[in-house]
This record gives sequence, structure tokens and C-alpha cells, in this order.
Amino acid sequence: MLSSIVKPFAALALAAALISIVLAALGASPIGVFAALAGGAFGSWYACVDTLVKSTPLIFTGLAVSLAFSGALWNIGADGQLMIGAIAAGAIGPHLGDFPHLIAIVIILAAGALGGAAWGGFAGWLRARRDVNEVISTIMLNFVAIQALSWVVHGPLMEPSGAYPTSAPIASAAQLEFYFAPSRLNLGMLLAIVLAGVCYLLMFNTSAGFELRAMGRNRRAATFFGVRIPALTVWVMALSGALSGLGGAVQVSAISHRLYEKLSPGWGFEAIAVALVARLNPLAVVPAALLFGALDNGSQAMQRTQGISPELVQVIQGLVILIILAFDTPAWSRLREQIFGDDEQPAVPAVAALPAA
Amino acid sequence: MATPILLAALGELLVEESGVVNIGIEGAMLSGAFAALTIAYFSGSTALGLAGAIVAGVAINAIFAVLVVNLAVNQVVTGTAVSILALGLTGVFYRKLFGVTGKAFMVAPIAKIPLGPLARIPLLGPVLFDHNPLVYFTFILVPALWYLIARTRYGLRLRACGERPEAADALGLGVIATRWQALIVSGALTGLAGAFLTLAYANTFVENISAGRGFVALSVVIVGRWNSWGLAAASILFGAAMALQFGLQALGTVVPYQLFLALPYALTLVVLAGFGGQAAAPSALGEPYRRQ
Repeated sequence: MLSSIVKPFAALALAAALISIVLAALGASPIGVFAALAGGAFGSWYACVDTLVKSTPLIFTGLAVSLAFSGALWNIGADGQLMIGAIAAGAIGPHLGDFPHLIAIVIILAAGALGGAAWGGFAGWLRARRDVNEVISTIMLNFVAIQALSWVVHGPLMEPSGAYPTSAPIASAAQLEFYFAPSRLNLGMLLAIVLAGVCYLLMFNTSAGFELRAMGRNRRAATFFGVRIPALTVWVMALSGALSGLGGAVQVSAISHRLYEKLSPGWGFEAIAVALVARLNPLAVVPAALLFGALDNGSQAMQRTQGISPELVQVIQGLVILIILAFDTPAWSRLREQIFGDDEQPAVPAVAALPAA
Repeated sequence: MATPILLAALGELLVEESGVVNIGIEGAMLSGAFAALTIAYFSGSTALGLAGAIVAGVAINAIFAVLVVNLAVNQVVTGTAVSILALGLTGVFYRKLFGVTGKAFMVAPIAKIPLGPLARIPLLGPVLFDHNPLVYFTFILVPALWYLIARTRYGLRLRACGERPEAADALGLGVIATRWQALIVSGALTGLAGAFLTLAYANTFVENISAGRGFVALSVVIVGRWNSWGLAAASILFGAAMALQFGLQALGTVVPYQLFLALPYALTLVVLAGFGGQAAAPSALGEPYRRQ
């Protein structure tokens, strides 16, 4: 238990050390850059609240990735599932003007979840019934989703004047309100946190969750113990997609109010870093998402004051993932056992990424 | 249009034959593109730029190889991380070196070498025989790699590592070394593919210049059924689809140009779903190999 808390922090510290070397190579002051990142993320009440807002989509996608990875289903497609969820929300949103606020919100969020579930569930079905590896299918579906989003904002959903490549704004009844205006804090964050709790209970307190984790540890053994792998695969991928799609719908309902190209700055990929730092534990996804949301938010200030472009955040994400993976290898485990004396399972199930034909 | 995709796909073919799936192609390609432009811009030498691209591609693949081959960690997650890392690093260094003005830093394109009288054949000549050396190199690689994989001892060793790594190891074929070799060669080819984007195609660098071509290369390997001739055909098809959408965008036809951009990805899904998934893929593809 101790090392499961120590390890993510050790990984982050090592990443920070490596980033410092990169920054020094660039001629920037590492301390100045980290101070600017922290200041941009937490320097004021407004900055803190904006960090929460920027973390929200990362909680949704982080939960989606944690759930799928726990079952050794390598869903690289959270970004595409989020976009399809957003498209569903953006398509239905303008037509909800006659509904009461609460109903309109439920409809727009359900549309997003269903859209994402369809996109993720399709990849699950391909895996279960057509033996198509979900890594490849979710990558391909990401790119199809990018083009679908580009097409709808230039074509069928383009705003009436036809001047800008965005969709028509959603009805005000379907907009999640801002609390503490002028900040953009909204109930989407609360929904994300509640869902983190639900996912935790699902994974660790239900038989379906047990089957999911069994499938992640050893697919063949799980089959022998009566887990219906194909059905579970479709359900898990659909649920994972639904979480991402819901994240997309919340973004449309609360923040953007319309669709546009490049709606997602890569939340589905950042989610992999979030999920690994959280060691696939849904409850830990919330603080992990806050950390990466803070980095995203702080990177703007860092660019202004330190002249380092916000892509530095991606360097951090990549490094953190690689370091955590390296920490989960047998060589490290032996070292850890000598130090901490425990015998812990790796965060990422060490099973094959692709099925043997 | 087809050359950089094919070059990267041929590299990935070698890697996949050895039993490793590298979805971080995009990262090696971006690094190659950035290194080629930066070195060619500051040194004024295209050859040095190409050498730099090879070094950058190999370096990125070496990071991947340490984790995936030596430490046997998850190949998919590692590949994704390598892509994100390279996207970030090239972005940060590009902004630092070339400023935030967005001013284009142009370099001279790689010189074309017309193949003597062949290039003067009407219509066919300019299409087939008037290109830069990278294009010729890529298309010579197609039969060369086919021969290497299908007809040589080394090819057999490569495929043994991809089909039954335990058996290959028991025969003393050196799974770790073979997979490393495949990844190094692939890093060089993918780096060159990136260099093609900056030195022959755009003559400058922008962030994320590879724009998903690394993933198209991944689908080329699948649609081309792990056969270098098939890869060439798939690359030309996908390259043509990409070229066509520029024309369509300019014409403003009723067919949305996004359809053509989505084509490589959609076709990959159709091929995979229709042909019974991974039947042509190496059996041990993507499985980490640990010596017992």
C-alpha cells in the first residue's frame, strides 16, 4: 500500500528532474518555469477555479481509460469517443429550447454518453466478434471522429449564417450554469467526482468489477472461471466510451456551447497519463486529473513569462507515462520488495497487448 | 504523398515481423522531421539534415526499445507515450529555436535527380523517373525488404522472433537482439520519412507536421497484409486519397473532403473486420517477451 502512494510521486519527481535538464538545455530556469506553472494554476481564486474546469474532461476520460485498462482493453480511443459524444450533444443541443432546464440537461448529457458508448462499443464489438484488436480500431476511430467533427461543423450542423466553421449554439435550457460567475465552475465537475465514486464501487464492490479485473490479469484463467469475455468486452468498451462521451457533452453543455474543430486538445491521450498516475484507481483519478489540469492551466502563464511553449506539458505527460511503466517492471519490483517488503501487482496488467492468432 | 507513408510503413513492417507493434511511429517521424529541418537550416547541408533525421528517429526508437524489448512493458502504452513525448519536445524546441512569430523557416528542397532519358518519356517520365533520391530509395526498398523477409536466413530469424519467440530463443536466435535491430532500422527509416516531410515536401517545419501519417503507416501495414508489395499498393492508394482531398477542397464539390481524409482509417477497419482480424499478422505480435 505504501509504495502505491510513493510510486506515482517518485515518478513525478523523476519527470520533474528530467524536465529540468530539458529546460536547462533550452536556457530557461527550471525553478522559474515550475513557479510560473504553479502560479498560473493556483495563483489566484480565478486560476484555481479554472484549474478545476480544465481538469473536468480529464476526470471523465481518465475514468474511461482506467476502466478499460483494468480489463486489459487498451482503449486508445477516448479522444474519438469524447468527440462523438460532443457531436451528439452539439447536434441535439440547439433543439432543446422548449424543455425544462433539468430535462434538457439530462437529454443533452445522455446524448453525449450514448454517442461515446456507440463509438467505444463498436470497437468492443469488433474485438469480441471480429477479432479486431482494440488498439488499432480505437486509433482508427479517433481519426474518423476527427474528420466527422470537421465535416459536421462545415456541413450539416454549421451555424445558420454559414460564416464560421462552428455549429449553432445549444439552447440556454441545455447549458450547465456557471456557479461563482464570472468563473466557469459548473456542476460538470461534481458529476465527474460522483462518477469516480461510482466507478470505484463498480470495479471493487461488484461481481462485474471482479470479472473485469480478472479479465485484465489473465484472460484465459477468467474464461475458465466462467467470465463471458466477449460480452464483458463489449460492455466495458461501451461504458468506457460513455464516460468519455459524457465528458464531451459536459464540455459542450457547460463551456463551449457549440461544436468546433479541434474541440479536444488531446484529453483522450492525456487521460492515459492521468490513469497511470492514478494506478487505474478511479478515486485516485480525481487528484491525478487535477494535477494535469493544473499543468494545462499553468502552461499559459508559463508561456507568457518564461517563453516556453505549452507543449512542455506534453513532454511531462510522455515522461510520466514512460517512467511509471519502467517502475512496474520486474527489476524494479525486486528492488521495491527489498526496500518496502511488499508484493504488489503492477498498475497495468502485464498481459499481451494483442491477442495471439 | 505516398513516399513518407511507405518509408515509415516498411520500417514498421520489419518491427512487426519481429513481434513488436510500435504505435509510436508518429513520434519518430516528427523527431526526424524536426531534426532534418533544424540541422539543414543551420548547417546549410541537406545531407547533414538527413543524417540528423536518422539519428533522431533511432534515438526515439531506442527509448521505445529499452522499455519494450528489455523491460518487456506494455507496447501500446509505451508507443503512445513516445508519440506524446516527441510531439511535446519538437514543439518546445521549435518555439525556442525559431521563435513564436510563426515566420516560416525555409530550406532548400532535396534536389531531384531525373533518371536520364527515362525522365523525358511523355507523361510517365515526370511521374515515375523525376524525383529526389529518397523516393527512389523507398521504392527500391520494397523488393529489397520482400527478399530480406521472405528469402533470407535473417528474414527467417526475424519471423521466428515474431511467431514463436520462445522457440527462437531456444534455438539461440537472440530475440532481444533481433527486435533491437528491427527497431533501429525502423527508427532510421521513420526518421527519413520525417525528413521527407520537411526537406522535400513542406521545406519548413510546423508543429505536428506529420499530422497522423505515422498512424496511416500503421494502417498501411495492416491493409497491405504484412507484405512489402501490399504495403506499396496501400501507400499509393492512401497517398492518392490525401492528394485528392486537396483538389476537392479547392473545387468545393458536394463530396465532403473529410471523407477522403477518413478513408485510410475507415478502410483499415473494414479490412480488419472483413478478413478475420489478424490472420496475416505475426502470431506473437505485441506480446512482451521475457526469458524464463
